[in-house]
Amino acid sequence: MNSFKPWQELERLRNDMDLMLDRYSGTTPWRLAFLPGRGARKYPQLNVIEDEARYEVEALAPGVDPDTITLSVQDNTLTISGEKKPAEDLRPEDYHRSERSVGKFVRSVQLPDHVDQDKVKAKYREGILTVVLEKSEAAKPRQIPVEVG
Amino acid sequence: MAEIEKTVPEVAEGAAARGESTREGELYAMPPVDIFEKEDALYVLADLPGVKPDGLAVNVENGVLTIEGKVEREEKAGYLRREFALTSFYRQFRIAETIDTERIKAALKNGVLHLTLPKIERAKARRIPIET
Repeated sequence: MNSFKPWQELERLRNDMDLMLDRYSGTTPWRLAFLPGRGARKYPQLNVIEDEARYEVEALAPGVDPDTITLSVQDNTLTISGEKKPAEDLRPEDYHRSERSVGKFVRSVQLPDHVDQDKVKAKYREGILTVVLEKSEAAKPRQIPVEVG
Repeated sequence: MAEIEKTVPEVAEGAAARGESTREGELYAMPPVDIFEKEDALYVLADLPGVKPDGLAVNVENGVLTIEGKVEREEKAGYLRREFALTSFYRQFRIAETIDTERIKAALKNGVLHLTLPKIERAKARRIPIET
């Protein structure tokens, strides 16, 4: 089914442009497969996947204290916040290497359609936060039966 | 002071792959690490998102610590936005002789590998009796 969906195509193009700008405005122009150095770019990095009934948002956030993760949904915007806590009782001179960034973060992502606020599920496994958001009924594609007279 | 310096694991630069294809054609990334030292041990934290315990291998051989994490994921369709892709991880460190390799401990929690590298108990200063 490769039907032409102009609005979806435009949206995709816009997202691609955003992504491209995001990429080139950072310190490294190529794709990084993991969390880069501190403060280099938006954190956490997100993947957004869509199917007919839901959106799936994946956030790359290893080492975040699960108790600090909060999610909020309003209309079509998902906001993720949390804290990656530093190791305790350490003096700066104890460090030989410090490449992992720590601290509080907050990030919002706008989804193309409204979602049902009561049907948001999230899990945090292997350092990846996965949020599944059901589309609101109005946003779901509906099949209209055709009467044959 | 020089002794402390010796306990610092060094990256074997040639061995650490950074987004390079290996012979198997798989892409590896170098995980970011924190290394800090307390009186009794050296601690290594490495971010390995997406790595499950059975995909993780930590080895010490000839004074080289190797961390290797394999990521297995089903490929998904329908991306609206894609800022990251998970790849396998690989990194090596040279560790000093003052580390007791038999007692190294590893734990994986929330996508972070926690390694504890205990130091060898220093031989105590001993007074040598003099025969007369």
